[in-house]
Amino acid sequence: MRASTGDWRGLRSGAFWVICVAICVICFRQANTSEWIGSFPKEWTFGIADQVNTAMNWLVPKLSGPLHVVSTILGFLLNVTRGVLAWTPWPVAFCLFVIVAHRAGGLPLAVFTVVSLAYVAVTGYWERSMNTLALVGVAVPLSVVLGVQAGILCYRYKWLNSVMQPLLDVMQTLPAFAYLIPILLLFGFGPVVGLIASMIFSIPPMVRNTILGLQRVPPEISEAGLICGCNRRQLLWWVQIPAALPQMKIGMNQTTMAALSMVIIAAIIGGSDDVGWAVLNTMRKAQFGPSLIAGLVIALMAMLIDRISLNFAKTETAAPADARPGRWRHPHGLAALAVIVIILPPSLFIEQLHYYPREWVWDFTGQITTALDTFIASTSGALESLKRAGLFFFLLPLRIGLDQAVSPYSWGIEFTPALRIAYAGLIAAGSALALGSGSRTGAIFIAIWGVLFYYGTIGIPWPVFVCTIAMLAYAAGGAGTAALALATMIFILLNGLWEPAMFSAALCGAAILLAFPLGMAIGTVAAEVEWVSKAIRPVNDTLQTMPQFVYLIPFLMLFQVGEFTALIVVIAYALVPAIRYTEHGLRSVPVASVEAGRAAGCTEGQLLWWVKMPQAVPEIMLGLNQTVICALSMLVIAALVGTRGLGQQVYVALGKADSGLGLIAGLSIALVAITTDRILQGMSRSSKQALGL
Amino acid sequence: MNTSVKLSCRNLWKTYGPHDALEATRSGAGSGNTIAVMERVRQLHGLAACANVSFDVMRGEIFILMGLSGSGKSTALRCLSRLVEPTMGEILIDGEDFTAKSPRELIEFRRHKMGMVFQNFGLMPHLTVLENIAFPLRVQGIELTERNERARDMMRLVELDGRENSYPRQLSGGQQQRVGIARSLAGNPDIWFLDEPFSALDPLIRRQMQNQFLHLQSSLHKTIIFVTHDISEAVRLADRIAIMKGGEIVQIGAPREILENPANEYVEEFTRDAREGLMIRGAAGADLK
Ligand SMILES: Nc1ncnc2c1ncn2[C@@H]1O[C@H](COP(=O)(O)OP(=O)(O)OP(=O)(O)O)[C@@H](O)[C@H]1O
Ligand SMILES: [Mg+2]
Repeated sequence: MRASTGDWRGLRSGAFWVICVAICVICFRQANTSEWIGSFPKEWTFGIADQVNTAMNWLVPKLSGPLHVVSTILGFLLNVTRGVLAWTPWPVAFCLFVIVAHRAGGLPLAVFTVVSLAYVAVTGYWERSMNTLALVGVAVPLSVVLGVQAGILCYRYKWLNSVMQPLLDVMQTLPAFAYLIPILLLFGFGPVVGLIASMIFSIPPMVRNTILGLQRVPPEISEAGLICGCNRRQLLWWVQIPAALPQMKIGMNQTTMAALSMVIIAAIIGGSDDVGWAVLNTMRKAQFGPSLIAGLVIALMAMLIDRISLNFAKTETAAPADARPGRWRHPHGLAALAVIVIILPPSLFIEQLHYYPREWVWDFTGQITTALDTFIASTSGALESLKRAGLFFFLLPLRIGLDQAVSPYSWGIEFTPALRIAYAGLIAAGSALALGSGSRTGAIFIAIWGVLFYYGTIGIPWPVFVCTIAMLAYAAGGAGTAALALATMIFILLNGLWEPAMFSAALCGAAILLAFPLGMAIGTVAAEVEWVSKAIRPVNDTLQTMPQFVYLIPFLMLFQVGEFTALIVVIAYALVPAIRYTEHGLRSVPVASVEAGRAAGCTEGQLLWWVKMPQAVPEIMLGLNQTVICALSMLVIAALVGTRGLGQQVYVALGKADSGLGLIAGLSIALVAITTDRILQGMSRSSKQALGL
Repeated sequence: MNTSVKLSCRNLWKTYGPHDALEATRSGAGSGNTIAVMERVRQLHGLAACANVSFDVMRGEIFILMGLSGSGKSTALRCLSRLVEPTMGEILIDGEDFTAKSPRELIEFRRHKMGMVFQNFGLMPHLTVLENIAFPLRVQGIELTERNERARDMMRLVELDGRENSYPRQLSGGQQQRVGIARSLAGNPDIWFLDEPFSALDPLIRRQMQNQFLHLQSSLHKTIIFVTHDISEAVRLADRIAIMKGGEIVQIGAPREILENPANEYVEEFTRDAREGLMIRGAAGADLK
């Protein structure tokens, strides 16, 4: 059953919560006396991780034959692509890229391409960029072909679709680090691993968009095809696929971006001399100058690929009948031909034109490093106190609770009973205030956060946590969602990953608690003030296309390795969707109701809070959903700069080549992400229904 | 006019809903008690969109199905073209059992004998006007030059010349529907289905298109089944009209018969506007040819 408004009202009616609160109170009282309530007993866990490893050991030799064939074929494709890209003289490739960019996005994009490629060449990253590009260039066509096929099958067979959807969810939310090891074991060492990892990650958007596109083909168009006497094949390839093409092109863009970001992450296992490896390597050695330079290369590549593929997705379908006569109809094709005929032959004979010469690399790492060092030295005092404040007053309480965190050492005061009572009073007053203004949901959330801060995610007995989350899931999405939430938490408990999971929960919770309101505020301003909107749009676009790795560099530089850095990185990454969805939600409020508000004499403020905001709630809820998903996906990357928790478990497993632990910890993150998604989608849906949208 | 029966539809049922409801339709259809079967289907959470629909359409006749929104007109029409499979009943075309045709035969039949026009045009957004019209011919495997030539003839027929290379979205509603009409005629079908072809157009254009439609038919002599919810359109165009209500046919007859002798209050109410219109003009007989 789908979520109905009734379930959500269940949350408000409070009947459920009486039981829930009762269980919680009992657990808190018993936590000190009954050991098993305080922390999940070790004896109750059983290690699926070991079983997974045994299974892998059994499976690998069995599968090695056929998989070897696959990896040989992929390796061959990859080598050919690499070979071609490496052999192509750089001026030729340069010109061809610019021509493609011009075809896609006209002069501005062409100029941007010239500048970006010049930067890549001058900094000496040309060859490594081509290696990265080769991986993307092989992964994307394969992913697109496989994704389209899978999408078509899912569209045709309903049962396959219902099997595929959860699989796609897992493929998209399972952190890449988690499946690098099994792939490594199955396919052997080498760049093919990165290729396969990036295909796993980039196929889902293609499948989803293909299904979506096909489902959205108006029935009359399919019927028209049938009446014209199409057979099944003709109907699909001549009618449905072409009609679904605009959506599928969006899918191609998403697939490309996914492939690129994964290729860069996969550099962590090494084996290929590409830009991702350059970033990682310099970052590990704390050489921030070079890593900043290489990071910018990645960022530029990502932006270029995104703009070009997105422009192709948008324009080609609308191509009007070309008025130009015969020969001039394809100016870009002609230009490309000219480049190949005129520039290619001489370049092959002139060494400097064939391979970008070392002497032409302009090395400004020195200057950058000095500049960075002085900057960091001058700000380090302020940054250090910011870091301490963030850790002691925010992150720590959320993890171990004010109960433990407040001490003379950290806060400079004792957490006296008087203070405790004051805190409880404050929370109670907040809840009462929310209740008074008619928002029971608000009251419940304030109470939950109050308890959370007092005990911390670690300090809260696990039955309380399980019970509350299951309740929330039930209220938001009905029995199915509650079952999923329970299954997720039991999975984590049984695998003995509860404690790392709570570490992660604290980090993510903290990040979301900061990122979401901040993003909402920015989004609100952007929705109201035109120039702000114009100004932040390109920034958001850029941030969203940036591979996650790149986020690490500046914050690592400023705050060094540590949990606070991880927090900031997660916040930075999770901020964009909050901004985007808030702005979009506020802007898509029906004009009629805004005008009605204005006609009734609302001030701008009243208009925002009483008219627009309530109607934007479902959309903002979806933004919160994306914020959480982003935060979770960044968790594993943030583990590189030092966190404890599930992300770290995955990362450690990678280091120890422990596929079991990696997969289980990764799967835990994926399950948490999927559960959160269902809960928040459920809330968004019911608030939408409540608004009658 | 040749009066032999071209298409005949006998005790046609189409039920949407759970399996039980379909079963109830199948077992009850023979009983002749339509009301009871429909009631049973409703109890089983199904909906009989077409209930025991029977009529004959003569060769070269314009047969109009009309009724309010949701009365099952489109469903009946879609059953006749087998875009949806009837739950129960018989469809005879030229005396052959149409429901028994295999998928391959069905495709063959649609390619050569059937054309259909859709309410929302159903044009392919990725094809130009010319390609849209030539599409049925392409499906048949006819060569590019020949099919373009034939498509151009069709464009002339519907007075669309000169817009060959436009895309559907660049045309007005009336023009788009003319593309739809040209496409449905490209395969030179015997039977022509039109599902509310002019409902999406504004009154002036609609009038124009109706005239063009009558003009076309005067030279083509297709067997036409035309769906509309507009009584004045029906009266203007039809040789015979079938009025549907809640899935059933309540009356079949020539426009004049229906206006003069409505079978029940529903039909009377339904046709009041048209009748008043005729009385004002005072020349009912002349207007109904
Ligand atoms: N695929 C379907 N599944 C379930 N019910 C359907 C389906 N298609 C049509 N119906 C129902 O069958 C009934 C008849 O629908 P139909 O489309 O034939 O009406 P109509 O007379 O063409 O109306 P309109 O003038 O609005 O086009 C409606 O109540 C509709 O809800
Ligand atoms: Mg209809």
